[in-house]
Amino acid sequence: MEWEVIFKWLPKFYQGAVLTLELVGIAVVLGLILAVPLGIARASKLWYVRALPYGYIFFFRGTPLLVQLFLVYYGLAQFDVIRDSFMWPYLRDPFWCATATMTLHTTAYIAEILRGAIQAIPPGEIEAARALGMSRAKALFYIVLPRAARIGLPAYSNEVILMLKASSLASTVTLLELTGMTRTIIARNYLTVDMFFTAGVFYLVISFLLVQAFKQLERWMRVDACQGR
Amino acid sequence: MNIDLYGFGPALAAGALMTVKLALCALCLGLVLGLLGALAKTSPYKPLQWLGSTYSTLVRGVPELLWVLLMYYGTVNLMSALGEAFGNPELALNPFAAGVIALGLCFGAYATEVFRGAILAIPKGHREAGVALGMSKVRIFTRLIMPQMWRIALPGLGNLFMILMKDTALVSVISLEEIMRQAQNAVLFSKLPFTFYLVAAFMYLGLTILAMTGMHLLEKRAARGFVRTT
Repeated sequence: MEWEVIFKWLPKFYQGAVLTLELVGIAVVLGLILAVPLGIARASKLWYVRALPYGYIFFFRGTPLLVQLFLVYYGLAQFDVIRDSFMWPYLRDPFWCATATMTLHTTAYIAEILRGAIQAIPPGEIEAARALGMSRAKALFYIVLPRAARIGLPAYSNEVILMLKASSLASTVTLLELTGMTRTIIARNYLTVDMFFTAGVFYLVISFLLVQAFKQLERWMRVDACQGR
Repeated sequence: MNIDLYGFGPALAAGALMTVKLALCALCLGLVLGLLGALAKTSPYKPLQWLGSTYSTLVRGVPELLWVLLMYYGTVNLMSALGEAFGNPELALNPFAAGVIALGLCFGAYATEVFRGAILAIPKGHREAGVALGMSKVRIFTRLIMPQMWRIALPGLGNLFMILMKDTALVSVISLEEIMRQAQNAVLFSKLPFTFYLVAAFMYLGLTILAMTGMHLLEKRAARGFVRTT
């Protein structure tokens, strides 16, 4: 191990890690917001409400993120309509393409988590809310969603870690996040194993910190106390 | 629907075959690694436990893409040193081997947890019954634990296999001619990126559906004797 060289490049690695965190942060927060209506619709009893979210989730979970990324970044340029539209300055930029794709991708997974969580709520609790005279909307906001949030939180933390690792794909569309930065550095100093090792340590540290943060969040939301059946 | 593939149909089909080959080879390696990992993690020996959990934590904490790149670009020195020792200085991992090792390693790390869960889910009495009958440790594992373990581990392994199938796209980065790479080649000539990447997406979707059907059949077979057919 060439520790001195590793230390010399640490600021660059840090820059890459910051970009990685930006990508992941935007994707999982936006994804969560988009996934709430999608997940609720996916858990609906009516087939025509369920159909569209089902198709969306099936497509995004059934194809690799790399393909989706290439479809958005390279693929959209095929259409003149998009090239001439006001969206083009954004869709030409790898950062926006990567965040958009990762958001759409993770939305599908989070929606599926949410569906599982909604369906795991004991029916008696929803019946109790309705028996107390709550409207369907009120029961959804005060009973179903808070309950589903606690059931789904552990799975959501898994999804965030998976997105952290998936963000390395953004390096294929020229973004210099942690993996991209590592490849650039390797092109400069040829210390392949040392540099990949450092990047790996960075990923491990970030995922360790995320896991700890989610543990705190679970404690704060009193997930354990609410699991009593 | 008639999609004009500009003569790239056969290349894409060959790519699909390569993807399937890659996925199946990685699956075999991953199952072995996962089984070993789970055995290490559930063994009573501390060093083995430590080894198993280090393997699964380390590999799961680092992106698959990084493993693929590391296996391909990072092993050049090691392989040429090995090659020199055996009198073949041009020894190197080809993209396929690097992809299989990297993806197998990742699959194995996740499979370790799935298998461990399955081993722990088998009632203790079954093992004790084996001991009481005078079976050896190996025999208890192959005759009592393994057959029951499959049924419990199968849904988890199925999920992992779907993930593995999609991760094969990553190996295109080290220029293995699978679906994604063939689509890139096609785009290079035809200048129709959306069309070809969409075709690639649907090919992966098709493979996923195939794998799902296969998984369903396997699960049904493994669950015979457990669900009452009416």
